Amino acid sequence: MAAPVVIHLEFGGGAELLFNGVKDHHVTLPSQPDPWDVKQLLVWIQQNLLKERPELFVQGDSVRPGILVLINDADWELMGELEYQLQDQDNVVFISTLHGG
Amino acid sequence: MCQVEEEYHGPLLREELPSVSRQCVKCKEASAAVVIRAGDAYCRGCFKDYFIHKFRAVLGKNRLIFPEEKVLLAVSGGPSSCSMLSQVQEGLSQNAHKKLRFLPGIVYIDEGGAVGQSAEHRRRTVEELRAVFRATGLPFLMVPLEQVLDLPSSAVLSAPGASEQEAGAYKAAVDHFLLSDGSSGVTAGQQQETPPPEVQEAHTHSLQRLLGSAGTLTAREELLSILRQHLLVHTARSAGYSKLMLGDSCTRLAVKLLSSISLGRGAQLAHDTGFSDSRYGDTILVRPMRDYSAKEIAYYNRMFSVPSVFTAGLDTKTADKSSIQHLTESFVIKLQADFPSTVSTIYRTSEKLQSCKGSASAGGDRCLLCVCALDTAAENASAFSATLISEQLSQKKSPGESRQAPASQCCSIVGGELCGNGARGCCSSAKAPPLRSLLCYSCQLTIKDMASEEVLPQYILSEAERRLRRSQLREEIRGFLLEGEADEG
Repeated sequence: MAAPVVIHLEFGGGAELLFNGVKDHHVTLPSQPDPWDVKQLLVWIQQNLLKERPELFVQGDSVRPGILVLINDADWELMGELEYQLQDQDNVVFISTLHGG
Repeated sequence: MCQVEEEYHGPLLREELPSVSRQCVKCKEASAAVVIRAGDAYCRGCFKDYFIHKFRAVLGKNRLIFPEEKVLLAVSGGPSSCSMLSQVQEGLSQNAHKKLRFLPGIVYIDEGGAVGQSAEHRRRTVEELRAVFRATGLPFLMVPLEQVLDLPSSAVLSAPGASEQEAGAYKAAVDHFLLSDGSSGVTAGQQQETPPPEVQEAHTHSLQRLLGSAGTLTAREELLSILRQHLLVHTARSAGYSKLMLGDSCTRLAVKLLSSISLGRGAQLAHDTGFSDSRYGDTILVRPMRDYSAKEIAYYNRMFSVPSVFTAGLDTKTADKSSIQHLTESFVIKLQADFPSTVSTIYRTSEKLQSCKGSASAGGDRCLLCVCALDTAAENASAFSATLISEQLSQKKSPGESRQAPASQCCSIVGGELCGNGARGCCSSAKAPPLRSLLCYSCQLTIKDMASEEVLPQYILSEAERRLRRSQLREEIRGFLLEGEADEG
């Protein structure tokens, strides 16, 4: 029964190449009974935003190694990584540190 | 704890994650924002101090950059080199006590032509970076990679540089600088607005043909990095810079170390991954960012708004196995995810590498392309001679054939000049094309992957010709030289 969650997504370091070159995305996640967590966000991104080559962004449940995730400008390791529950108006940034995007 | 019927409850495992403490481990007051290495959480302020301090420390520890020295920063637009630029700016603006004392300039190599970018895209990237450089107030140069085709032969030569400075020289120079009026530092390089150099399409096509003649992506990437290095060093030399700063991060260098070994560049590891690289003699390559992991750089850039521009490389969006370099990077990064000390362990290994001094000084003993000492002396029991033997064995041809093939090849390369000396001269020497004898092992492999050697830029071909003629001459007068003098010149 959670309300739809508005998230500001940003992609940098070459990750934007997989999203048509668009770096900023304001998205509204549809409401669902359980709160949204980052794992579900990744699935949602893969289904709705990712234009090509999903294996360059996600690997299994998580992001591909080499892609950093910041939640509200803090390392996601400090927030619980995939288990972190998203809140309204959160800012999630994906930065690729890989040579080839 | 380790009992047979023990049950590990869910909460026990979950508690692992937030055990990375939320308080900054340094100041213990502010809440943590970044996790560096394994488990060290820093807050924003402490992270910034740590980052800035590391840059000063690496420059101060190595004592290579003298006051008032002109240093060229090679900025590719990527996060590491832009971070390096911002650190240099940060260092120049500090209070006089810890202020950086050298005179920086910036160079950007536009590689869009090599990667197949449209002219419009290249123009946009160049404009973005131009705005960034203009904001720094430092003199900058924008050089298209196509200019590498017009370089003079001196680009591949190692010029004698400043002789080895004694330990006291650095301190003496610093003291002298502090006593004299040190305020003339930053204003020395005025920013000049030069119009963007026009890149002719024909040049871009030549460049693409050159890179396209390499059969594998591995060889193409190696070739690109060799050309880029030549162009950077030449630019530094002609603009009067004695040092060139490269922005390779720790992660990048760890990948480079492993892929260099796979490429046969084991003998040149110290040059390729060390802090300072003196193969060119007068221009020393310096890597001040080699202590920073890619993660630290990305976080710093994000948190403190360091502008950077992403440009696609040759291996962007390619499959993992497309080239040795790409595969190595993917391997190291994936391993790092599970074993966070991977990159630092590789890095610590590279710190211990040193090149053997004094093995090559004269121009004749250096590789034509990478300007490192040649490692192809095939002594009797060396691994290299074993490689050669197995190569010859796997190319079993009839004796008549093997005599003919080299003949036609070397005549085409050197335009008949060398062979005018008597066809028996070149054809009866090495069975391999003569260019190979001027290259180190890994450059030989790169060239072997190329369809034809004639698309190499003119400066490389003419320098090759010159060296071959010299060694030919040396061979001919060997009989007349006294023992021991044969090695000189």
